[in-house]
Amino acid sequence: MVYKLKVNKKDYSVDATPDMPLLWVLRDLLGLTGTKFGCGMAQCGACTVHLEGEAVRSCVTLIARAAGKEVTTIEGLSPDSKHPLQVAWLEEDTPQCGYCQSGQIMAAAVLLRENADPTDEDIDHAMSGNICRCGTYPRIRKAIHLAAKLQKQGGTK
Amino acid sequence: MKMIKQLRSKKAIYLAGIILVTSSYTLISEEPIPQGKTYSASEKAASQKAFLAVYDVLMSPRCMNCHPKGDVPLQGDDSHLHTQGVIRGSDGHGVYAMKCTNCHQPKNTPGLNMPPGNPKWHLPPADMKMVFEGKTPRELAAQLKDPEQNGHKTMAEIVDHISHDELVLGGWNPGDGRKKPPLTHPQFEKEFRDWVKNGAVLPEK
Repeated sequence: MVYKLKVNKKDYSVDATPDMPLLWVLRDLLGLTGTKFGCGMAQCGACTVHLEGEAVRSCVTLIARAAGKEVTTIEGLSPDSKHPLQVAWLEEDTPQCGYCQSGQIMAAAVLLRENADPTDEDIDHAMSGNICRCGTYPRIRKAIHLAAKLQKQGGTK
Repeated sequence: MKMIKQLRSKKAIYLAGIILVTSSYTLISEEPIPQGKTYSASEKAASQKAFLAVYDVLMSPRCMNCHPKGDVPLQGDDSHLHTQGVIRGSDGHGVYAMKCTNCHQPKNTPGLNMPPGNPKWHLPPADMKMVFEGKTPRELAAQLKDPEQNGHKTMAEIVDHISHDELVLGGWNPGDGRKKPPLTHPQFEKEFRDWVKNGAVLPEK
């Protein structure tokens, strides 16, 4: 079946079965491999992308749900990789192995959109579903605080 | 030909009228607690007995897990706190990147321990928590009857809710590996209606 969807502001038509996870569509059909497969059961957050602006787990979100809607992946978070979170992530040297980090950033982007000045507790509530096996949590927290500051200053987009 | 058309449209109007009268009658006849009615001792006992059966369903994980006493939903047949630090949020739909429907899809995701699904997946909102967990039968029955604690619903609306609401019905379609409530949905609905029909009497404890 052919589905139309908009990914990172570009229109795509993909031939997929209705039960194909969005993650498969992104990685295997569209070649957008920045989004990672972690657990395959919505437990770890590595596959987090935005569907109509919400941080869905693309491993359990079927293409049928995403059809006709707007999807944003890590590749489309900003046109020039200068989203405050991306800048802050580099600044704080946040990743270790890096595998979970695109999911972490996509989750944090929803937090910063809805709460421009998050406390540690807000960060916990937003990010506790995104697991990092390297344990980079303290650096993730620092980077989110920095990104909030950058966002306020408007120095990066 | 014109006459046949006119006759048909007249028939349609009569039919619509009959349907309207019948459905109004049904709505009125389903109004659960007739005003001013007194109940016999046996009716009151039947009401209390019916609620105890209702209570067993409401306290089963499929209902209680989304009516927790705290702000964290419960999970699984053992009703443990939801992993991942999920919280209710003011509207009951979670917060930030941890909103219910980010993982819970419109349908169950197949497989053991996969997220169960429903188009309306959510908790009660923070200003009307409708807690089931930890309530005695008497406390829970009183809460269900009180519009200030039951989502501003009349008893007729409560009966309609437990009979038809998509998320309530979802309790009987819990996804792989999860226990269903102890009664079937038709049995539950019958017991609930019996509780209300016989006066919605509070159990002793």
